[in-house]
Amino acid sequence: MSLGPHLLLALMEGTVAAFVLALTALGLALVFGVMRIVNVAHGEFFMLGAVFAWTFAHLVGNPALGFLVAIVASPILVGGAALVIDRAILRRFNYQPEATIVATIGLLYIIQQLALEFYGPDARSVEAPINFRLQLPWFGYSGYKLVVAGISALLLLATWYGITRTKLGLVMRATQFDSETAQAFGIPVDRVYAAVFALGAMLAAIAGVLIVPIKQAYYMMGLEPLLLSFIVVIIGGLGSLRGAIIAAFVIGISDGVISVFFSPNLSKILATLLVALVLVFRPEGLFGGKAAR
Amino acid sequence: MTRSKTPKPDKRNGSISRRAALKGLGAVAGGTAALGLAPGFVRYIQVSAAEPIKIGFQAHRTGIGAAYGRWYERTTNAAVKLINEAGGIAGRPIELITEDDGTDPKRGAEVVEKFASQHQVDITFGTLFSHVVMGSAPRAGELKMPYYVVSEGHHVASGALNRYTFQPGITDVKAQVSSMAPWVAKNLGKKVTMIFPDYAFGYDHRDYFSAAIEKQGGEVVKLLPIPATETSYTKYFPQIPSDTEVLYHVMVGPGVLTFVKEMGEFYGSNRPQIFGFIDSLEAVDMASPGLEFLDGTYFWEAYPRYAQANQSGADKFYRAAVGVDANGASLEDAKDVSTYSHMFGCWETLYIIKEAVEASGYQSATDADKKKLIEATEAMSGWKEGNEHPQGDKTFSGQLHQCFGHQFISKVAGGKLEVVHRTEIADGTYEPETDYTKMAL
Repeated sequence: MSLGPHLLLALMEGTVAAFVLALTALGLALVFGVMRIVNVAHGEFFMLGAVFAWTFAHLVGNPALGFLVAIVASPILVGGAALVIDRAILRRFNYQPEATIVATIGLLYIIQQLALEFYGPDARSVEAPINFRLQLPWFGYSGYKLVVAGISALLLLATWYGITRTKLGLVMRATQFDSETAQAFGIPVDRVYAAVFALGAMLAAIAGVLIVPIKQAYYMMGLEPLLLSFIVVIIGGLGSLRGAIIAAFVIGISDGVISVFFSPNLSKILATLLVALVLVFRPEGLFGGKAAR
Repeated sequence: MTRSKTPKPDKRNGSISRRAALKGLGAVAGGTAALGLAPGFVRYIQVSAAEPIKIGFQAHRTGIGAAYGRWYERTTNAAVKLINEAGGIAGRPIELITEDDGTDPKRGAEVVEKFASQHQVDITFGTLFSHVVMGSAPRAGELKMPYYVVSEGHHVASGALNRYTFQPGITDVKAQVSSMAPWVAKNLGKKVTMIFPDYAFGYDHRDYFSAAIEKQGGEVVKLLPIPATETSYTKYFPQIPSDTEVLYHVMVGPGVLTFVKEMGEFYGSNRPQIFGFIDSLEAVDMASPGLEFLDGTYFWEAYPRYAQANQSGADKFYRAAVGVDANGASLEDAKDVSTYSHMFGCWETLYIIKEAVEASGYQSATDADKKKLIEATEAMSGWKEGNEHPQGDKTFSGQLHQCFGHQFISKVAGGKLEVVHRTEIADGTYEPETDYTKMAL
């Protein structure tokens, strides 16, 4: 294959991966930014989204209808689970950074083992809601992957709008900036925390629903998005939403291009190296300002 | 981090101290030992005829091998039931003890350890994934535990393992691919691109198929190793050279369906000849959406998944006993597709264990009896097709601890696999690389 089409395929693969990664990493960045906790179980919300998507697709039968049900109901279920976790666990630890890291490590295993127990050890496939193949002169490409990129873009826009233009967003930003002052001004910080934790989990779950017709739903699938999200969030700046999205595109597209032209292992090595460099030379991340206070 | 609070010292009220825990443990251990010594708990040195023979089954219940594990377990249970109904092994019933190894080499070695020390089994059997075999076999050798794997990797016959490890129920990859190469070169093409997993099992394919196709005057134009943790495959396909005549693929793990689907999206109908190992689609329904492009491509099968027109009586018997329909799926759920080209190895291995135990006069897990069992297994030379060996005739090399059988090439037609070629056993045999019988017991 000549260079042009080769590069085109690399960019297409990279862009689709970047959009899904941006959704997942945005959830992680949001939770860290507002609540100042590191959610190690974030990848499991992604996995739960995928597993629920399989369940709904299986119950409904019709692929398109099943997908529609899944993309609405899975995030709601996962968000509900996140609310319960927030109330039952995180709040009891008073959102202490150290305690919540350990607690979410535990959650990672608990959620994974619950999925293994009730969903089983198999990778199960879900039929794509639309099944068309884009035939380019040099190669074919999955039409559904383009749909994934489109839906992700819309959701990213909606999240951006929600955070910058709505009252809920304002309250979240105020809490992020200084939670004590926010509380003094009558913002129910506890409820904001719960809402943010649920929203972060829902973003990961939607990414899981979108990815499941491409990959399969599998109880151990949460690890990869977790690691990539951490890479993205560290490079972008812990808590910086803009940084997370930009870093997701840098990592996603460079991963696509490097793995097509060189080797997938090299792209992982470079991404990890970039994390190390960022941590050494700019520990607050490329876009993370110094935290308030 | 801004929310820094000094953690309060642990109050420890109501918690169990380390000392108390140790005391409790000691009491339990002491009690157990006392029970063992007490009258009424006399351990019989002499085995009575009805005492079961314990077989430890190392199963991939979870992890990347779970689909294989599920079917290995069903096949094993079916064979054990039949053997026990027919009077067991040397008049003793089989007691099957199944432990999950998580398809993980480290846990694999721990499971072998557990079989030896806790369950005190006579024989360990049933491991599939090559990295788990590589992780477990050395421990089995150290423990002098007879270890019968059903893995198809070349690691047994290569001499990398030990005198206690056998693979008598399934042909190894080196023999499989050597017998495929002549047919591929003659019928599909000589310029081959290989896609394979980037670890031991994939390297067996890479090394031995490359050598075998070169013998046929062909060449491998590109090698595409795929890392074990990969979940997305489209990015590899542009590296396939356009002068490729045959695309050779073999993939395992939870991503196999994604792999084959993405291959179809990339190529559509404008594809080279495709020859795959059925591993790429084991436990996957051939009728899954996105796999239509496979029509007209070819697969290696060790044992035809779809019942063929000339189905043998033994295959009918075996399918019914395991609970598999004519399409290779579970009788209870047509979507639950079996790993038909691998799991027969469990069935056949259990019958071989039975034969070896009976021929050796094995009584109990003593060094002398294990020695007899190993030597009796090594003395075998092969088996005839029948209900105990439904996949077909096999020869066995005691030197290599490895069996050799017929292989099949099937063409995808109308979403099913139709056998177009059956190899002779001799097509796959090779010069021995080792002689385990010379190793100390």
